[in-house]
Amino acid sequence: MAMTEQEILEGLGEIIDEVAGVPADQVTPDKTFVDDLDIDSLSMVEIAVAAQDKFGVEIPDDQLKDLKTVQDVIDYVRRAEVSA
Amino acid sequence: MRLTEGQAGARVLAFGGYQPARVVTNDELSKTVDTNDEWIRSRVGIASRRIAAPDETVTDMAVQAGGKALAGSGLSAGDVDLVIVATCTPEVQIPNVAASVARRLGIVAPGAYDLNAACAGFCYALANAADAVRTGTARNVLVIGAEKLSQWVDWTDRATCIIFADGAGAAIVGPVADASDAPGIGPVHWGSDGDLADKIYIADRNSFIFQEGQAVFRWTTSALVPIALKACEKAGVDPTELAAFIPHQANLRIVEAIARKLGAPQAVVAQDIVHAGNTSSASIPLALSRMMERGEVASGSKALLLGFGAGMCYAAQVITVP
Repeated sequence: MAMTEQEILEGLGEIIDEVAGVPADQVTPDKTFVDDLDIDSLSMVEIAVAAQDKFGVEIPDDQLKDLKTVQDVIDYVRRAEVSA
Repeated sequence: MRLTEGQAGARVLAFGGYQPARVVTNDELSKTVDTNDEWIRSRVGIASRRIAAPDETVTDMAVQAGGKALAGSGLSAGDVDLVIVATCTPEVQIPNVAASVARRLGIVAPGAYDLNAACAGFCYALANAADAVRTGTARNVLVIGAEKLSQWVDWTDRATCIIFADGAGAAIVGPVADASDAPGIGPVHWGSDGDLADKIYIADRNSFIFQEGQAVFRWTTSALVPIALKACEKAGVDPTELAAFIPHQANLRIVEAIARKLGAPQAVVAQDIVHAGNTSSASIPLALSRMMERGEVASGSKALLLGFGAGMCYAAQVITVP
């Protein structure tokens, strides 16, 4: 069954806390990774790897660079789930 | 046909490391390429690296490290009958580095070969050495990782010149002291993934190292933890028992990402890259020898070694610290 936006957001919060040390409650949909959460491209790769384990959705490097906000990742995971 | 009589188990008797004298700081690099200290530290975790003198060769560095390991082992040159040098940067294709090192250390007529598994080379060579001792094809083995990556780096390419460096590390491998002793070198877990061979390469003899950093980072942070855990499983050592974890010093971010997921809370994690740079096959023995010198790992404790690099070749094994 597809996850809700809230479930993906919570999962992402856990991942970002673990990878980058950003508290999960600061991970809200409108935040940008680079400017708001201070997450660089290498941490984004780690987040993508962890997201694959957690959500079963692969985010390739060429797609990853277009995901600027937390909401972008949520949308990507939901789209991938629908097409799977 | 008869077979050689082997030994119950192999162990590392001593480690030794060598770094060239010249220190190259991030500030120095920022004068010639568009980069800065803060960026390099945050992206690769390197503060400074060592670069060999123009006339200092891979063989020179290998002799230095090998000589230290030999001295530390208490053996004499005559006790060593196999020399393996892991390197991907020899100055010439023939003769190999191993035979020249042996001659300069006074090791007479040993088996001698070089091995190229890129940054995984030392762990491959250590596995070969342990097997040679166990099967009786060698009594004592000098294993060296030595690299002069500076001669394969484009010093105007800020993506690579900030990372790669020069150095050597070595180990003496011999039989366990008593046949009833537990082996000191666990089974290797090794392999390769040729599908990713285009992610790190040198195109031809006139080219420099090319690395697709993000793809390599993704592979290292996803593929390597299961490989490391498999080596622990093969050795029958739980990660919580590890006193030290010495992954190849590729990038501090990679080291930290793997360590975070390993489940080895007691393990001191090697961070030698901060002042050594990425020295490919030399990085693991160099890091461990320096950790031992500083008293960070106790003799008799368990350490996990994890080599990985171009190919993508990988190898991991648990050892007992000499």
